[in-house]
Amino acid sequence: MEGIQYYSPDAFWDAVFLLAAVFCAYRAIVAKRILSATIYLACISALVSAVLYMLGAAQVAVMELSVGAGLVTVLLVYAVSVVGDDALDPASVIPKPLAFALVGLVTLLMGWMAFPAIQRTVNISSVDLVSVLWQNRVLDVWIQIVLIFSGVMGVLGLLSEQVPGRKEEMQ
Amino acid sequence: MITSPLNIILFGIVALLGVGFYGLLITRNLIKIVLVLQILIKAVLLALVLAGKLGGNFGLGQSAASTVIVADTIVAVVGLALAVQVRRRFGTLDVPKISTLRG
Repeated sequence: MEGIQYYSPDAFWDAVFLLAAVFCAYRAIVAKRILSATIYLACISALVSAVLYMLGAAQVAVMELSVGAGLVTVLLVYAVSVVGDDALDPASVIPKPLAFALVGLVTLLMGWMAFPAIQRTVNISSVDLVSVLWQNRVLDVWIQIVLIFSGVMGVLGLLSEQVPGRKEEMQ
Repeated sequence: MITSPLNIILFGIVALLGVGFYGLLITRNLIKIVLVLQILIKAVLLALVLAGKLGGNFGLGQSAASTVIVADTIVAVVGLALAVQVRRRFGTLDVPKISTLRG
């Protein structure tokens, strides 16, 4: 069997963080109040950031922690505060056992397909993130700039007070 | 073989994706759908970084992950803006009710 190199400093903490992330994800989904689900989502972001850091992707972990656990949480709390009491989640249309069975099947298939990929030998690349991002993937940087402008437009839409269609009704 | 850290992370990714898909199937609230999409994106982030590490191009995996973080945030912002506007216009965030309305 080809050897698998161990990069993570401690498999135990990887397992603990991921188990906690999965638990928080489940609690976020079954939570009745969206504010509680938002807090669970922030916890998931923090835990995923920890796993990313332990994988060696420190810069991505910092981005995920600041954006996922910070900005997105603030936006969700603001949206919940705007929509008020309507934030309670109604019961699902699909029966939950059926949804659980479907997702279980899909998850098993996904694991079965993805598991052989992990058996390969890991090769270390000497190219770091800065070189890849600013030399090989400049298009990604431009796409990120365009996306950030789109995000600014989205924030303006989120903050705008005018009801869509009000102008037509007045005319 | 099973207890490798990379195996554990792969199992975690699959579990997070499963929980996210389950949430997407049972959720009706528009804001909560955005929230569940965020959970799915977290799993994809981990998968990208792990794939970069396994494929021997760790920088590329991190670069793709950073792009996904930006895109994911924009999806959240635009989705929440849409949800707030839908709530103001239709008075509800329930997706089946919104889809049956006309106009």
